[in-house]
Amino acid sequence: MLVLIGILIIIAGFVLRFNPLLVIMASALATGLAAGLDVHAIIAAFGKAFNDTRYVSIIWIVLPVIGLLEAYGLQQHARSLIDRMKGATLGRLLTGYLLLRQAMAAVGLTSVAGHAQTVRPLVAPMAEAAAEAKNGALTEDQREEVKAFAAATDNVGLFFGEDIFLAIGSILLMKGLLDGYGYQIEPLHFSLWAIPTAIAAFLIHGFRLRRLEKRMAQTPIGPEAGA
Amino acid sequence: MITLDFVYILAGITFALFALLGLYDRTNRKRFGNAAFWGLLAASMLLGDYLGDFGNGLLVLALVAIAGAGQIGRAPGGEVPPEIQAERAARYGNFLLLVALIIPVVALTGTFLFKWVPNLVEQKQATLISLALGVLIALAVGMARLRPAPILPLQQGRRLLDSVGWAAILPQMLASLGAVFALAGVGEVVGGLIGSAIPAGSLFGAVLAFGLGMALFTMVMGNAFAAFPVMMAAVGLPLLIKHYGGDPAVVAAIGMLAGFCGTLMTPMAANFNLVPAALLELKNPYGVIRAQIGTALPLLAVNILFIWLFAF
Repeated sequence: MLVLIGILIIIAGFVLRFNPLLVIMASALATGLAAGLDVHAIIAAFGKAFNDTRYVSIIWIVLPVIGLLEAYGLQQHARSLIDRMKGATLGRLLTGYLLLRQAMAAVGLTSVAGHAQTVRPLVAPMAEAAAEAKNGALTEDQREEVKAFAAATDNVGLFFGEDIFLAIGSILLMKGLLDGYGYQIEPLHFSLWAIPTAIAAFLIHGFRLRRLEKRMAQTPIGPEAGA
Repeated sequence: MITLDFVYILAGITFALFALLGLYDRTNRKRFGNAAFWGLLAASMLLGDYLGDFGNGLLVLALVAIAGAGQIGRAPGGEVPPEIQAERAARYGNFLLLVALIIPVVALTGTFLFKWVPNLVEQKQATLISLALGVLIALAVGMARLRPAPILPLQQGRRLLDSVGWAAILPQMLASLGAVFALAGVGEVVGGLIGSAIPAGSLFGAVLAFGLGMALFTMVMGNAFAAFPVMMAAVGLPLLIKHYGGDPAVVAAIGMLAGFCGTLMTPMAANFNLVPAALLELKNPYGVIRAQIGTALPLLAVNILFIWLFAF
């Protein structure tokens, strides 16, 4: 039971808004000590895991390209493309991206799109432009919400598409675990059973994107419009 | 053979240059902190395999100390004025889009192409390696046509990374915390608690506990992969599969997806939820999570219903 102290530290730390890196380190130390490890062993275990998961942080190498393109007006161009497309509404644009992201993830192409590669330079500015094309300038809060939904749509598309792909980590984890318990299951079965949820995710999130579009159209334009 | 080491070297050089540029940025009051932080990250990328476990641990402690002492910050401004951006956008237009699309297209073709040419690239890492190649090609094409000051991509990239700040390594830190939790046996304890909370004799109660447990434990750990073995051992296997005769493929597949609903609702899944908020410069760091809850909760209910309907 004592090892659960790490979870309490994490929750308290996030709620009280301490620096998350400090909270994580404190949680790791407390959990390790509660489990009877000495400080040296905890630091070594953390260091080994940090080194093994460096691939998580390599995505930042795309920033010089994004920075170059944004300095030359990529975001403005993405917006002007939407302005020129008559049928491009906020709901349609993000629903289209949702479908594309799910379809790509379903064939294993998970790292092709993402927050740094596609959402910040393309999807978010396009979504803003699509909302503005219909309703005029957005308020600060509306802009915030449209951008948040652009990121949310990327996540929903990725999560509920990737498990349809046979060779993704989670499928291999399921197969490995059930193998260990004596159940031999073809990876294809896990993939097929991910499809109903993928459809449900598309319907639910697609519905919410339509509601978002309507909400943006209804709210009167505030004083800080055009900011 | 090209392995992930190639990407680590590329990332190490990039972070090292960010650190160097940061050091000379006199407009930033916290330039020394920034330079030390990105410099240490560069060292981790370039030398991590030679530092040993304890050495890497000390490196992490130093990163945490710099961030915890509030020594990371960004200089105000630095972006190209919007008028100039608009003027350039009108001039270069679709070329910019083309360069932006080089990265995903190379990542895509590389992933497939390297499968046909064995032994050139480490198969398991083909996409990440292709992504890095895409970055290099996009940069070369962009530089050739746009002819900016050679330092501009790095300066602008550094500005973007500074605006993300210490959150840039949050995902890696949380993944490492997960490893310590696993070592300490946190999962078994939580699984035991949830397992003992299930009312006896109720199939739906067991399904509900399994689905909610997957989502909740995923929220705590920030990762459905960590929750899955625990919940399977505590509830999925003994109750749903063995006792009630549920289809293991359905229980596992949809149970995992119930966990993914938890991922949408937790700050612990930093790379999906907090990093994009920083990257999009949202005022509310939890803005992305707020946008996702309305999708995650109904979808979790649907998943629990699906297990109940399809597995039995």
